[in-house]
Amino acid sequence: MKNTVNDRPLRVVIAKAGLDGHDRGAKVIARALRDAGMEVVYTGLFQTPEQIVQTAIQEDADGIGLSILSGAHMTLFPLVVEQLRAQDAGDIVFFGGGTIPAEDAQQLRELGVREIFTPGAPLQDIIDFVRRECGKRRALVG
Amino acid sequence: MSLDNLKMTIERSGEPVERDGAAFDEQRRRWEQRSAKGRPRRGPGSGAVDRTISDVPLKRLYEPRDTADLDLPRDLAWPGEYPYTRGIHPNGYRDRLWTMRQFAGFGTAAQTNERYHFLLEHGQHGLSVAFDMPTLMGYDSDAPQSRGEVGKCGVAIDSLADMELLFDGIDMGEITTSMTINGPACIALAQYVAAAEKKGIPRAKLGGTIQADILKEYIAQKEWIFPPRPHMRIIVDMIDFCTREMPKWNTISISGYHIREAGSTAAQELAFTLADGFAYVEACMAAGMDIDSFAPRLSFFFNSHIDFFEEIAKFRAARRIYARHMRDKYGARNPRSWQLRFHTQTAGCSATAQQPENNIVRVAYEAMAAVLGGTQSLHTNSMDEVLALPSEKSVEIALRTQQVLAYETNVTNVVDPLGGSYYVEALTDELERQAESYFAQIAEYGGVIEAIEAGFFQREIAEASYRYQRSIETKDRIIVGVNAFVKDDDREGMELLKITEETERGQANAVRELRDRRDESLVPIALERLQSACADPSDNLMPHLIDCVNAYCTEGEIVEAMAQVYGRYTEAAVL
Repeated sequence: MKNTVNDRPLRVVIAKAGLDGHDRGAKVIARALRDAGMEVVYTGLFQTPEQIVQTAIQEDADGIGLSILSGAHMTLFPLVVEQLRAQDAGDIVFFGGGTIPAEDAQQLRELGVREIFTPGAPLQDIIDFVRRECGKRRALVG
Repeated sequence: MSLDNLKMTIERSGEPVERDGAAFDEQRRRWEQRSAKGRPRRGPGSGAVDRTISDVPLKRLYEPRDTADLDLPRDLAWPGEYPYTRGIHPNGYRDRLWTMRQFAGFGTAAQTNERYHFLLEHGQHGLSVAFDMPTLMGYDSDAPQSRGEVGKCGVAIDSLADMELLFDGIDMGEITTSMTINGPACIALAQYVAAAEKKGIPRAKLGGTIQADILKEYIAQKEWIFPPRPHMRIIVDMIDFCTREMPKWNTISISGYHIREAGSTAAQELAFTLADGFAYVEACMAAGMDIDSFAPRLSFFFNSHIDFFEEIAKFRAARRIYARHMRDKYGARNPRSWQLRFHTQTAGCSATAQQPENNIVRVAYEAMAAVLGGTQSLHTNSMDEVLALPSEKSVEIALRTQQVLAYETNVTNVVDPLGGSYYVEALTDELERQAESYFAQIAEYGGVIEAIEAGFFQREIAEASYRYQRSIETKDRIIVGVNAFVKDDDREGMELLKITEETERGQANAVRELRDRRDESLVPIALERLQSACADPSDNLMPHLIDCVNAYCTEGEIVEAMAQVYGRYTEAAVL
């Protein structure tokens, strides 16, 4: 599958929010997406939802992947969704991962998070998802 | 075996053993020929049979030649003897078992206090406090940064009032308490001392440990507040204060656990942790402290991962390296300064969300490795910790796992039962060699802080963690239930503990009420004195911190006052 749409590689922001310092997963995903040929912007730790969405807009990113392992997912994911809407950036593919119980993941999907990956998710599944969904977004937006 | 043969064997056993005689060589050649004909197993997991989980290359078999260089008095000696490879106690666990210490904390101080009473009633020996993220990062529960995090991964402690509630009905002079907190550790220690003294228990009677290991925060766990250099002064002050006033307190718990959880190899965990330990020793010595005054109260905290023998070798190597450096490099004279004492926790990162009951089995193996490695205390993870905070049921199983290990398996009956194993001794040597090579690299940067600033540790760990993840992806390594033996509905039947938004609202209200209730005139005076002490390296911060908490300054207020002097740390993200 292609990593470039309209001759430009897909670009994804990988973000860490709140006070959660567990960055192992975020870094592994960032490297896997980069090795798969995408451009990855890693925000570093302790970002606010506002900062994350701003970064994605400034970088003209196709997607945002948010990693949360501290239990604050039901607060922080909805805040990012809200920010995306407020900034008229709802086309950016918003997905995430972390220690998120199945019922919470379901609720987050209903709120507009496109996919939630939990521990043990194969890297290839995540790469395939990002390529497919961000590729669709790029084809539409150009 | 006939009786005659048996008699012959017994008679022969007095003769010197010919280790590498002609007959033995002939046997080796025969084995080599037969072994070479074997066909390596194929399929899932077969890609990694020739190396440990940390990519240490392995031979098919270890035999006497692999330990031929072992100098028995220099490298092994005897249990309770320098360099303590075989343990720090002459009788291992025969005189005293390890301390079973389960880390717990969630929600409010009152909720966690209830869990502590439950654990103590069920035979646990000591308490271990898990704080929530805002407390660990120095924010009060009503701070905007705390939204969604209050009481989630631990208990929220905003002020002395919460610390008093946490230990309500618990005899702080009798139990020992471990507190896992680093950035604001000096404040938590001040709160603990103040809470005990309000009950009439003098600080000199308090036993326990505070983690306070800030270097591994910059390296791996990322719960920092102040920059490394001023924070080293805070740590020296804490160690100095405890050495003089709290003789039963373990002043710092130098931790590899989080380094491993962040994705390091066993050798990296070993090397980076010991390097951090030596950096604290050097800082205290530079401040004019006598090494033998403080070193006996330093303690360590390691991870026990799933590669059974590598972990045992890691623990044995840690003791040997530490003893050698403390005696020969730093000149400690008191044997207690040479002894590496450590707590162990089973590897959270080895637990799987899939088929979580399998984690009980993983934890049992990891716990056994810790015990065969000679740990002083142990936390066994609960099966559901990868999904949420543990439920009461799974905490009980985790504690029972330690009890089965201690009382049923008989692994405690013989001291260092794996000592002399060709494999374990060779791996112990190899890990020591790798650690020394890392020490040399760190020295080239100019020390631990310089290596942190250069992103060295962060890069090494990210590299190792990515390599490991790739090996799972390619199925060179198998994780049962994750990339093999998977099944649908693999998380069914788990009852998870949930922390509600009400906890956050309640705790945020409580801290606001506290600010209204306290004697407001004391607060600015205490904080100003603390700030002056922060600016004056010849003053010790601890008495000023105790004054602040006694005036019911909140943690957030104290941190802010200190940050005005020290600044706040920011990391250049390393991928």
